[in-house]
Amino acid sequence: MNESLGHIFLDSLLINNFVLSVFLGICPFIGVSGKLATAWRMGVSVIFVITVSSILAYGTNLLLVNFHAEYLRIITYIVIIASTVQMVEMFIKKTSPALFRALGIYLPLITTNCAVLGVALFQTAREYNFAQSVVFAIGSSAGFALALVIMAVIRERLELSDIPHTAKGTALVLMLAGILSLAFMGFAGMGQGG
Amino acid sequence: MHHAHGLVEPSPSESMESFLNGLWKQNPVFVQVLGMCPTLAITNSVRNALAMGLATLFVLVCSNALVALVRKLVPRQVRIATYILIIATFVTIVDYMIKAISVPVYKALGAFIALIVVNCIILGRAEAFASKNPVGKSILDGLGMGIGFFFALLCLGGVREILGAGAFLGYPLFGPNYQPWVLFLLPPGGFFTLAAWLLVFTSWQARKKRRQAPAEVQS
Repeated sequence: MNESLGHIFLDSLLINNFVLSVFLGICPFIGVSGKLATAWRMGVSVIFVITVSSILAYGTNLLLVNFHAEYLRIITYIVIIASTVQMVEMFIKKTSPALFRALGIYLPLITTNCAVLGVALFQTAREYNFAQSVVFAIGSSAGFALALVIMAVIRERLELSDIPHTAKGTALVLMLAGILSLAFMGFAGMGQGG
Repeated sequence: MHHAHGLVEPSPSESMESFLNGLWKQNPVFVQVLGMCPTLAITNSVRNALAMGLATLFVLVCSNALVALVRKLVPRQVRIATYILIIATFVTIVDYMIKAISVPVYKALGAFIALIVVNCIILGRAEAFASKNPVGKSILDGLGMGIGFFFALLCLGGVREILGAGAFLGYPLFGPNYQPWVLFLLPPGGFFTLAAWLLVFTSWQARKKRRQAPAEVQS
């Protein structure tokens, strides 16, 4: 695997956007996209968690391969992610109590955000080296944050519009996500040259 | 009446209710809107939906049983970590099982088998049900929820494969002149199909509610 770093970044940010075309992290995407203020904060903490856990997962995978214990991969990755989230939680609580209160329940829920485990598993499956893994982690988590912020802006604008009662809530978010996903398909051509 | 922890065996009707609850009234996908990622990602064919449904069903039943078994031994503070480790163990088993049974299915599902670990339905049932109920009842709950999830995956996979490929389980349905609606196999199709099913379910529930309480409805 010797894809260029720029290509990996663009690919994970736009072409294969984690939310809109790989379908990872849909639960927080539906749950936290109601307000712009919480959406971007969530996005930033996810970028942080994914980057840190991706670096840790890269190191752990080297160890596992060294000892021929690849069957422990899923278990160790999930432990790494849970402890990273715990660390980030303590760090934010210590440095910025205001942000900690604003994020509330969404912070511990990052553990079950499948995008985090997804990054760790994909970088292993694609045999990325260290630099590629980090760029991939930053690109895909930024892609998650981007999708989250776009959806939050659309939902805030739609708040006052007259929507049929049945379509309110999740069904509306999914329809909007479908349209966004259609739009993001337009980026698919960008990958051809690289 | 409230049962003391597992001292009283549940009556058959009560067990049946917790089974049917997951299947229909509390369907994990259409009513609780949980486990969205696998629901959208692997339902582009009925075969993948079947495999994912069975794998999730297996993990859900096993982890529910084990969580219910150890529920009195696990301290409250570390319960979530314990549940996740139990789930991850069964997911590893499923991962190797699918690889042994069928390599094409393993390749098609890819990372989504390992991602069963973070399917919120499973952790949700462990925390909300299995940690408070006896083993037998938890297994039934797991079966009900698992089959409910399986059913939802089939609903999506069926629509997407019929429209997107003009086939069902790989058998062509409409003859050679059918122009496949490829969009339904692509990511946007997943979002649109799930949105449509949710609309069907909510309008169906709203109608039932109106029928049950016609006096309360205004205008």
